[in-house]
Amino acid sequence: MSDRVYVIGADMIRFGRFEDETPPSLAAKASLLALDDCNVGIQDIQAVYSGNCGETMVGQRMLQIIGQTGVPVANVTNACATGATAFREAWMAIRAGVCDLALAVGSEKMAKGVLVRKNRAGDAVPREGLVGSETMPAVFAEMGMEHARRFGTTLEQFAMVSVKNHFHSTMNPKAMYQKETPLEEVLGSEMIAYPNTKLMCSVNVDGSAAAVLCSEKKMKSLGLSKRAVLVKASALASDPFTPRNTVMPDLNAVTQLAANAAYESGGIGPDDIDLVELHDCFATAEICHYENLQLCAAGEGANLLQSGATTLGGKIPVNVSGGLLSKGHPLGATGIANVCEVVMQLRGEAGARQVENARVGMTHVVGLGSACAVHILERI
Amino acid sequence: MSSDALKAATQFVALNEKSEPYLVGSRCEACDQLFPGLRQHCAGCYSRDCMKQIDLGTHGSLYSYTVVHRSYKGVSVPFVSAVVDMDGGGSIKGTMLNVPPDPDELTFGMPLSVVFRCASCINPEAEGYVSHFFTPALDA
Ligand SMILES: [Zn+2]
Repeated sequence: MSDRVYVIGADMIRFGRFEDETPPSLAAKASLLALDDCNVGIQDIQAVYSGNCGETMVGQRMLQIIGQTGVPVANVTNACATGATAFREAWMAIRAGVCDLALAVGSEKMAKGVLVRKNRAGDAVPREGLVGSETMPAVFAEMGMEHARRFGTTLEQFAMVSVKNHFHSTMNPKAMYQKETPLEEVLGSEMIAYPNTKLMCSVNVDGSAAAVLCSEKKMKSLGLSKRAVLVKASALASDPFTPRNTVMPDLNAVTQLAANAAYESGGIGPDDIDLVELHDCFATAEICHYENLQLCAAGEGANLLQSGATTLGGKIPVNVSGGLLSKGHPLGATGIANVCEVVMQLRGEAGARQVENARVGMTHVVGLGSACAVHILERI
Repeated sequence: MSSDALKAATQFVALNEKSEPYLVGSRCEACDQLFPGLRQHCAGCYSRDCMKQIDLGTHGSLYSYTVVHRSYKGVSVPFVSAVVDMDGGGSIKGTMLNVPPDPDELTFGMPLSVVFRCASCINPEAEGYVSHFFTPALDA
């Protein structure tokens, strides 16, 4: 077994809409980029973990494009935490000593517009509109309004999240949107589910991202210690029982559970974190997650944002990649894309958006239903 | 509302022996946790076969909400999606009626009443199905 597991290669395609691509072909593109990032061939990979929400057997179908090596492949799905779950599976396999070199890849082809859920068993009439709303913007709006109820958070404060992340995106050539949006523009865009306006919702796009993970012994034998990044902690939680969970998914509790586990297993605390890529699927979520990830005390999220602490150059920059709000959100790829950003930052290769002296970074994704994955990565 | 041939639109509504609709829930006999709809086991205390069918009552208060302006195709907007804490315990989601779809008209904690209407007021294909809705408290 290998106590210390490293990311040696990580890369993603620029997310967008690719009519002619399939999930396997998207996955192939990101995998080849990640393999090239560490000079490893697909023939060296001993296991593949593929994340995708819409299709089955994407991992094998990807290998049919880039090389059928016969290695074990597992396909995982975990809503928006899918990519991070595939990453964690690769981490576990190496940690357990089952293999030394594994590939985690996430991909997604998305429908445009509001995602539609299947009708539930037990309901004669579809719930949407009849029993409130189950759209993603509405679910995350209700989460934001719960925060507003507890702490007086305002529409303008939530909108500031989009102002910040869209500003960051102007420095990320791989963000789908690279356009600043002043507060008036965010507030003035189409209202989707109060308080989330259109510019406060992430975009459904196609995309893929991949990471190559490696044991310490293998990393050294490959001579890759210069650019390798240590996986300091990996945590995955399902939603613990809270009283309103059945009617209002408690994405706070599941994040708190995963964050606590990550801090504990990594033996470090929030003060040690230099940057965070968190799940800003909607602007309302980001302020809640500052508190859930212990970047500040409960109720201080909006103040933390307004102080500039989470903007590039601040004390704890959050979503310097532009976040899901700017990069786009191809469900299965998202969790690995934020690993790519943190790896790039810890290597000091992030260009204009480089967080100075970044040594430790955190990634966070939440899948509705619910799942939360938190990873802490460290420069060595 | 005529009672003949009325059917429950969702698993949150049941009909009593007089064929009147009520908000149906479950109470865990081991830990007293209330749940909307019927269920068998307790997700909170892990007890098995511990649920008693109950009426969640007709009064609650607004816990959280959103005003929905974009929904699935064919669903008319805007409408208020509410998360409601029932006065007797338990929480349930619902659409609000008789209130403008405007955050300025909604207050956290405001008292609400449960009303039952034919689901066809939302979905024209749902004639004959009864569903629950919330309104600002009728007797406040
Ligand atoms: Zn119980």
